[in-house]
Order: sequence, then structure tokens, then C-alpha cells
Amino acid sequence: MRTLITDDADAAVAGIADGSTILIGGFGMAGMPVILIDALIRQGAGGLTVVNNNAGNGNTGLAALLAAGRVRKMICSFPRQSDSYVFDGLYRAGKIELELVPQGNLAERMRAAGAGIGAFYSPTGVGTPLAEGKEQRTIEGRDYLLEYPIKGDVALIGASVADRMGNLVYRKTARNFGPVMATAAALTIAEVHRVVEIGEIDPEVVVTPGIFVDRILDLGRDDPAQGVRG
Amino acid sequence: MSMIETGVPVEHFDRGPRSKGELAAAVAAAIPPGSYVNLGIGQPTTVADFLAPESGVVLHSENGMLNLGPAARPDQVDPDLINAGKIPVTELPGASYFHHADSFAMMRGGHLDVCVLGAFQVSERGDLANWHTGAPEAIPAVGGAMDLAIGAKSVLVMMGLFAKDGSAKLVPRCSYPLTGVGCVDRIYTDYATVMISRDGAVVTETFGATVAELQARVAVTLRAPSQASGEK
Repeated sequence: MRTLITDDADAAVAGIADGSTILIGGFGMAGMPVILIDALIRQGAGGLTVVNNNAGNGNTGLAALLAAGRVRKMICSFPRQSDSYVFDGLYRAGKIELELVPQGNLAERMRAAGAGIGAFYSPTGVGTPLAEGKEQRTIEGRDYLLEYPIKGDVALIGASVADRMGNLVYRKTARNFGPVMATAAALTIAEVHRVVEIGEIDPEVVVTPGIFVDRILDLGRDDPAQGVRG
Repeated sequence: MSMIETGVPVEHFDRGPRSKGELAAAVAAAIPPGSYVNLGIGQPTTVADFLAPESGVVLHSENGMLNLGPAARPDQVDPDLINAGKIPVTELPGASYFHHADSFAMMRGGHLDVCVLGAFQVSERGDLANWHTGAPEAIPAVGGAMDLAIGAKSVLVMMGLFAKDGSAKLVPRCSYPLTGVGCVDRIYTDYATVMISRDGAVVTETFGATVAELQARVAVTLRAPSQASGEK
């Protein structure tokens, strides 16, 4: 279906159900869709499983969603950071479940979900505690672990510019997980700094084609930077 | 290397152990010109300061960038341009950006020439432990360490040879949870440079100690280059 474009953050996140698996873009704060996350907090869905590289920084964005008690489980590669005190507190209090996934497996498991792949063998993690419970197989002399896709009910991602077809362009390292997550969810919602008319984005530079994007929140900003400058 | 040809480790015992800067310079000098290189978070990042621009080394950042430049000055800070340690950085001419699945395909797919990682422990057969102490109260975090360890064509470790309590970090078997099995090629430490060969640990150079002095403190057999049949 064609992409819905709105400047109303609450409309952008309407209908997200309790218990959803939500893929949230961003590496640290770069590319994190903070306005959509704030709208999700107002929207009220709870019991969520959230997939992100990290587990929140400071008090904003994902950390605010965690602090609001909406997240049952985090799937991430690197929860422990200097400013991850919200997650740390919940984890130590036994109020949140953690599935730790090596960063490349995290990306590839979502890529597989988006590409319709049933499962794949990855060499990452062989012989480590993260191999526990996983099927191991030797292929042409090398050992691999069977990894299953991570499919989202919803993806919330940040991008720099969209056109009215829903095509997305990112900016610098704020791209990170966005393009992969956009493919891996049943409902992909992108917040972008601005929306331009059809034809204004060179088709050769589109990173995420609009077919992967269901809703766009137009922040209507002039500054192309995805992050909040501070 | 000349040490391999002569078969005898070079012992620099008339001086102290290598400083952190000397260690970073030694790692930088060991990186072949024109390599695609990932420098791990922390001490390995300092290797960049010793890479000559004419070396043509291209730095990879796992959050989706090639040809990473130096850390940003305050007036250059851009929240959309950070390195794997989430430090604001700059881009060099010829830089490229890509998504995470492509970034890790560069490692796992064997396209990255070298990675430099820190370590808690390395075993004599090249097992690496650098992500988790296994302490029950510690919140585990692995990031891209496991992908890097098994993905890069050459894995160099940079660490102190001894932990704060004096125990050796080059061990017969890692007691900490593993990051990767048999993945380390060379270890650059304050006291010695060690190659992991098919036959075990081979000391090529020492600093501030003789091989015999180090052997007294390390449970792993330290071999001379002449006793090894080559890199694993």
C-alpha cells in the first residue's frame, strides 16, 4: 500500500498493540526516532519487545520508553554504556528481560526477516556462551550457528529526507539499522526531517524504497541533520 | 620479519616496558599499507594517531562507515557522524556510508583486512576473551566484538601482558567467557610481541624483560621463532 504521510506524531503511531515487537532504529542517539518514541509513550502500548543496538541513553528516546515501564524484553547487542542507567536499574531489579545478540547477527537476523529467509548459519558466536542452545553445523570445514530471523510488528526508524512516494535518504552514520529494520517489520514508520515532492530525490540515491515504508512523520525541519544538535 | 629469519627473539631488556603510545605505534607499523582496518573501542582507537596518511589505510567503523577521519573538534561535531564508541568523528575524502547488514558483511564476509581489539585474556591457541568477565552482577554487552574476532582476515590484540593483580593475560586456556575461538593472530603487549603459531605462542620481541623473565610469570610455553612452523 502507498505510504501515508502525516505531520501528526500521534497519528503516525496509531494502532500499535500491546505485546508488539518493535524494531527501533539508531546507534546510540544517531538515527534514533525520538519524536516517534515519545508518541508511542503517549499512545500507551505496553508489554513490548524492543530491538535496538543499545538499551537507551540518558533519559530520552528509548530510555524514556523503558522508564515508562512499557518494555518487557530488550533484544540488543550492547546494553551497558556510561549513560544506560535506566536500563541498568530495570535489569538489576529483574523488571526487564535481556536477549543479547552479537551486533552483526542482530542486523542479519532482521535482514533475513525482511528478505523472507527462514534461517541462516552464521560463524559469529561459535564456541562462546552465546552459542548455548543453538544448532551448530560444519560447512566446508568451518563451524556455524543456526540463527533465526527477527521480525518486527512495527519498525520505528529515523531518516533525513523522504519524498511523497515514501523513498528515504539517510544522513551519515545515522543510517545504521534503519534500512534493514524498514524491511523487517509488518508496519514501518519513519520520522524524517522533511518531505519533498516526487521527483526531487534522485532515484539513484534512494536508500530505502517506499515499498518498505508505510507511514512517514514529517518533522518539517530545514536542518537535514537527523540528530538533535546540542 | 627479521626475528623470524634469525629465529631468535629480540630482547630489549635495557629499557622499560612499552608505553601505551609505543604500543599503538608498534601496532600501526604492523598494519600493511592499503589495508581496510577496524580499530576496536578504547585503546585500539589510539592506533589511528600513528597511521601515516601515506599508508593509505582505510578505517572502518561498524556503525556503517569507511574512511573514518579523526575525532571531531567542538566546531565540527555532527550528531549524525559518530564512531562505534559513539564519539563524534569526521569523514575523509572518499568516505562511504552503508547500513549495518552491509557493515557486518564486510567483516563476516572476509573483506576487512585487519582488526585491532583489546582483550581480557588470549589463549596460546588464539582464543579471545574480551567481552564479559562472567561476574554474576555484570550486565553483559558484546556489541560487534564477536563478529570482528571471527571476521577480519587478521586479528591483532593490544593489551597489557599482565592484569592489575599481576596474573598473566596470555593463558593456556581462557577462564573468561570466549569472544571467538582460535581467532587471534598476534598480540602486542607492553612486555612482548607474541605471534600465535600452529605450535603455540611465539615471542618475537621483548621490552623491559628477557624471555626467561617473562616465562617465569606466564604459564604458556613461550617459543622462539625458530621453534615455530609459521603463522596459523
